[in-house]
Amino acid sequence: MELETLGIAILAVVVVPLVTIAYVVIVEWLIRGLSEKRRAKVRPWLWLLPAFAFLALYLLYPMAQTAFLSLMDRRSRNFIGLDNYIGLFGSNDFWITIVNTGLWIVFFTAVTVAIGLLIAILADRVRYETSVKALIFIPMAISFVAAGVIWKFMYDFDPDAGTLNAALTTVGIEAQSWLTEWPRNTFMIIVVGIWMWVGFALVILSAGLKGISTELLEAARIDGANELQVFRNIILPLLAPTIAVVATTIVITALKTFDLVFVMTSGNFDTEVIASLFYRARFIDGNTGVAAAVAVILLLAIIPVMLINIRRFRAQEAMR
Amino acid sequence: MTYGGTGSSGPGAPPVGVPQEAAVEAPPRPIAVAGRRPFGRWGLHIILAIISVIWLLPTVSLLVSSFRPEAAINTTGWWNAFALPFEFTTENYFAVLTRNNLGTSFLNSLIISIPATVIPIMIAAFAAYAFAWMNFPGRDILFVLVVGLLVVPLQAALIPVLQLSVDVGIVGTFPAVWLAHTAFGLPFAIFLLRNFFGAMPREMFESAYIDGATPTTAFFRLAMPLAVPAIASLVIFQFMWVWNDLLVALVLVGGFPQVAPMTVTIANLVDSLGRGWHLLTAAAFISTLLPLLVFFFLQRYFVRGILGGSVKG
Repeated sequence: MELETLGIAILAVVVVPLVTIAYVVIVEWLIRGLSEKRRAKVRPWLWLLPAFAFLALYLLYPMAQTAFLSLMDRRSRNFIGLDNYIGLFGSNDFWITIVNTGLWIVFFTAVTVAIGLLIAILADRVRYETSVKALIFIPMAISFVAAGVIWKFMYDFDPDAGTLNAALTTVGIEAQSWLTEWPRNTFMIIVVGIWMWVGFALVILSAGLKGISTELLEAARIDGANELQVFRNIILPLLAPTIAVVATTIVITALKTFDLVFVMTSGNFDTEVIASLFYRARFIDGNTGVAAAVAVILLLAIIPVMLINIRRFRAQEAMR
Repeated sequence: MTYGGTGSSGPGAPPVGVPQEAAVEAPPRPIAVAGRRPFGRWGLHIILAIISVIWLLPTVSLLVSSFRPEAAINTTGWWNAFALPFEFTTENYFAVLTRNNLGTSFLNSLIISIPATVIPIMIAAFAAYAFAWMNFPGRDILFVLVVGLLVVPLQAALIPVLQLSVDVGIVGTFPAVWLAHTAFGLPFAIFLLRNFFGAMPREMFESAYIDGATPTTAFFRLAMPLAVPAIASLVIFQFMWVWNDLLVALVLVGGFPQVAPMTVTIANLVDSLGRGWHLLTAAAFISTLLPLLVFFFLQRYFVRGILGGSVKG
């Protein structure tokens, strides 16, 4: 057993990477017999091949198949048309899931961006800026699972364990059960997401802030603008594109949120969001059809973001 | 984008002259500007201090609790650890590493993460180089496809991927997870590297080809070494993403404790231990140890990766 593990470890750490690197060398050797002109024609496709083989086999084809499975019954045996979707739209749980997902998109995104922007502007004015930013960024490095454990502990009902209830009982408010009552529980889980992602917003917004010329801000202040006016009329409009990028990324994160809900409540007490509903449908209820339908709905929700991304990319390419 | 000062003061050297030179990411504005503020300098420091404490508190509570004896955790809050009697122990760590399978899971996380980081980045580099410096019909359309795939949620592919892994017979083995993470990590890696390769000067490649270099030599000797900063960010990103992933591992190796990574094991512990905080906190801290080290030592690349991936994307 031990020896086997060691063998796998060596395979994993040494052999697999080496084989991967050798790929283009082997390819070049294979086409050595062709004329230079033909090699130039064939080569790009060979260099693209591994990547697109993976994308086709693990993303494109499965996406199409998911769409197809969403029209089949729970064991993927019979075609049932839109019944999975109709069933979902008719169920109360699904609508709670949609409401929760909406709460995630709105509050997770808005609060994360707002706090990130606030800290970026405040930290910009002190010498220990880098330390503050690093500190806020730490939660971004850890897993949602670990964060879930940390905050379950923070929210523990017992004031002799849960920090939050300890703080409340100290000021004379009775201990609360944070994760069992809707909609409070969804907001409490969103707080964890905010704790993790503010660092991300902060880092990007802070970099954007550095790009605004100091002279411009000073000129406005000399002309008598107060800090709020400087923020509203100069910083905010100039940062708008950066804020848009940050917000899009966070919206996608909100739509994909699964781990936090899974660890903190297992989707109980009406905390389910769309990505965790997918897991429940397929792996707890064993209903492939419904799970596929949920996945399709999630994908449809993300398509606008995808189109925005493509348009933004095209605009950038045009500027090159 | 360049980081760091312009030379002379090495790492760890005491700040000579202007202290803000020490800031790595970006030099702060001249401090004089920060004179007149709506809530004065002290207000500013106090607000930042409060925010910092709030952000640090959860992590500190985890760390402190993980070193407290079980009896202490079950009777008093973690903040009591700083009052007499000082009781600390490493028993929780031994317990969770040996009895709860976390030692094996730590190793599994490594065995999963390393290939799942190297394979996609190499494969992406080949494709990115082709996108940046080779001509072929359909190049733009294919790249737009990659940009589109950047945001696809893996839930949209997971059921058939699981079925495929079952059919091939690799469910419950490391390769199942390697291959899935490779595919899911590719769009971002191709996107980032293609932009990085594409920004390199054309003349450099042209003169290399005139000197008789093959595309393979140009790729390994020119493009890859020059792309080291981008690759470093990418390595950190992909590694953290795989290390912290729960969903893919849960679906593909969730039922196989001897292969499962730490995230899966800890998620199971949350279920089985309920409020066994002495063990859960130790387990959670072990799982964050490596990401935290990576973060502290390679912070610069991590931040750069975020900036490169998002602001341009």
